[in-house]
Amino acid sequence: MAEETTYLIRGAAILGGDAEDLLIRDGVIAARGADLSQTDTAAGATEIDADGLVALPGMVDVHTHLREPGREDAETVETGTRAAALGGFTAVHAMANSTPVADTAGVVEQVYSLGRAAGWVDVRPVGAVTVGLAGEQLAELGAMHDSRAQVRMFSDDGICVHDPVLMRRALEYVKAFDGVVAQHAQEPRLTAGAQMNEGEVSAVLGLTGWPAVAEESIIARDVLLAQHVGSRLHVCHVSTAGSVEIIRWAKSRGINVTAEVTPHHLLLTDDLVRSYDPVYKVNPPLRTNDDVQALRAALADGTIDVVGTDHAPHPSEHKECEWAQAAMGMTGLETALSVVQHAMIETGLMTWADFARVTSTSPAGIGRLTDQGRPLEKGEPANIVLVDPGARWTVDPSAMATMGRNSPFRGMELPGKVVATFFKGHPTVLDGKLNTPYRYPSEAPVAGAAGAY
Amino acid sequence: MKHLLSTEDLSLANAVRILDTAEEMSSVGEREVKKLPALRGRTVVNLFFEDSTRTRISFEAAAKRLSADVINFAAKGSSVSKGESLKDTAQTLSAMGADAVVIRHWASGAPHRLAATDWIDAAVINAGDGTHEHPTQALLDAFTMRRHWTKLSGLPSTGADLRGMRVAIAGDVLHSRVARSNVWLLRTLGADVTLVAPPTLLPIGVERWPCSISYDMDETLEKGVDAVMMLRVQGERMNASFFPSTREYSRRWGFDDNRLRALDSLGLKDTIIMHPGPMNRGLEISAAAADSPRSTVLAQVKNGVSIRMAALYLLLSGDTREPAATLKESS
Repeated sequence: MAEETTYLIRGAAILGGDAEDLLIRDGVIAARGADLSQTDTAAGATEIDADGLVALPGMVDVHTHLREPGREDAETVETGTRAAALGGFTAVHAMANSTPVADTAGVVEQVYSLGRAAGWVDVRPVGAVTVGLAGEQLAELGAMHDSRAQVRMFSDDGICVHDPVLMRRALEYVKAFDGVVAQHAQEPRLTAGAQMNEGEVSAVLGLTGWPAVAEESIIARDVLLAQHVGSRLHVCHVSTAGSVEIIRWAKSRGINVTAEVTPHHLLLTDDLVRSYDPVYKVNPPLRTNDDVQALRAALADGTIDVVGTDHAPHPSEHKECEWAQAAMGMTGLETALSVVQHAMIETGLMTWADFARVTSTSPAGIGRLTDQGRPLEKGEPANIVLVDPGARWTVDPSAMATMGRNSPFRGMELPGKVVATFFKGHPTVLDGKLNTPYRYPSEAPVAGAAGAY
Repeated sequence: MKHLLSTEDLSLANAVRILDTAEEMSSVGEREVKKLPALRGRTVVNLFFEDSTRTRISFEAAAKRLSADVINFAAKGSSVSKGESLKDTAQTLSAMGADAVVIRHWASGAPHRLAATDWIDAAVINAGDGTHEHPTQALLDAFTMRRHWTKLSGLPSTGADLRGMRVAIAGDVLHSRVARSNVWLLRTLGADVTLVAPPTLLPIGVERWPCSISYDMDETLEKGVDAVMMLRVQGERMNASFFPSTREYSRRWGFDDNRLRALDSLGLKDTIIMHPGPMNRGLEISAAAADSPRSTVLAQVKNGVSIRMAALYLLLSGDTREPAATLKESS
């Protein structure tokens, strides 16, 4: 193994419950108990005082844009995964809209290898559904699955697979290897030139509207397709109250659908667009307060399964311009935990155990990551984050690890700070600062077999 | 008032002050020497990202009558061409010492970006941004309406508002910055506004605007109206199914000869017909309507220079650009 350090986390509230100790050794949780410091197994361990901290399973992001290969001026796997580790993540799903597009085994293996070389989190490449995201021909989904990257999630994210036949085929085809199609639900004809949520604010601002129905109509179609072919559908970044109702209906019918909401859609509304500041430009757009409240309720009651950041860094010149010229997207990895705590936990809608479900257990399940999102129990992989729920901090994008400065939360005071992140038993973050990356054993015989599970 | 970006946030005091100042300015246009020394040594840049000869020369005439130095910057850039950014253009103008930037841009909100960022420290006047606002157009429309309205009542126009005046704004409201600026300003001045348009050319959310909505031009006229403002409609809109054909549009929502006659038969002898120009004769307005004594089209153009003089004067005159005591600062 790369190192033999043993860590003893002292007195952390496990999932916000009672304070216990966690002993970490050889990449796994070696013991969990009330006071492990006197036990023989803890001898020589590096102690971490976690009094007042909450211990959670490492967060898993189902929706991250790492921009590499192709847009290394916006983000690299290295910088994006540093941001992820600082944000409390131990795994991220890297979306396929890179240049070249991640639509072949070669590209997904490249991203996978970059992730392992970086060593900050588990980088799980998402494969494109269609060649070049063009929506015309299926990419070699099987080859990407069979590659070292072991792709299970496929998405043309950023672009909707709007052709109903192609979507049907994709859903059917991925059944062969228990894959999932993650749909960016946006009817393209209803959103031509769309700049922001269509409603009261867009009417005043004179910006072309992105109507809720453009999202909801695709979700309605896709859940019916998933039912028809008996496959697994994941809906990216759900943003409207109507979408929530459709997904709730689909789940009540037993349709195998999961859904995701971004932190920004849980907190921000389209009123912010009145500033014309493109930092608030995102796709799907910020919606109304009614939508925000419906999304919160849906995340709390399980209609929406997971939080996905849709972390989308952009170079500053793509935001320092006219609204219509600006790129869509917001950074999110380093603010996700705080925003969800603020929107969901401090409002009493969720507990920290619920937080672990929506940020770790469920996303790991959707991506079929067997060593992520596990319980914090003896013998489990030591992917752990320690959070100080009482901390408050003011968001300063210039101080972030991501190369993107496009945080819509800049200047906001938010609760919760990541104090430490353990990835495969190694502290990637300590004292709230980047520590060192995990180093895989140099000769990994089988992909994914590194570590101690 | 540091900038003039929109009428939505223009207070009644500021609006009336601009209109009153424009009355004073209009007298300059009547003189043999049409020039005041008020802005001597100040530099006004007309920054036009979209072709608009009419608006540009109106601002140019206004600035020159106030003795300002005028620079015309035709930064015509398409939405796809990645030329110089707005930021770089603004910083360039700032380095050249522009005191005011009159900006016309195809992108809604571009003037707000100039005013909100530190790219340039100059007074920003919105000369039309995308489908958002065109405040000086609304002010010159209000100026034209106020002169008409006060003439009918025999009161002086200075200091007056438009309380009680019934205004119909008809046409492509969805894509019209003129309509938006007029709705907010006319509300502030106390007029009763009715928007008349096919439902496809009204924005979702319009029901929250401070005005009435009608899909029926004739019904609107029958209810009585003191001014009818026809908006320019682009014939290409029918290609995106906003309406079936230009002929159907013209029949249902255009101001044609039948409706011109209807004003007479309805006893609406003082109703004026307005148009911000350029007109599509035969589409939204018939030639007879455009050329009738009721038409204020040319008066609007003339008043435009006075309004733009007033705006430039109020933003740039004196030794300070701090907001005057009676003026609400624009955001």
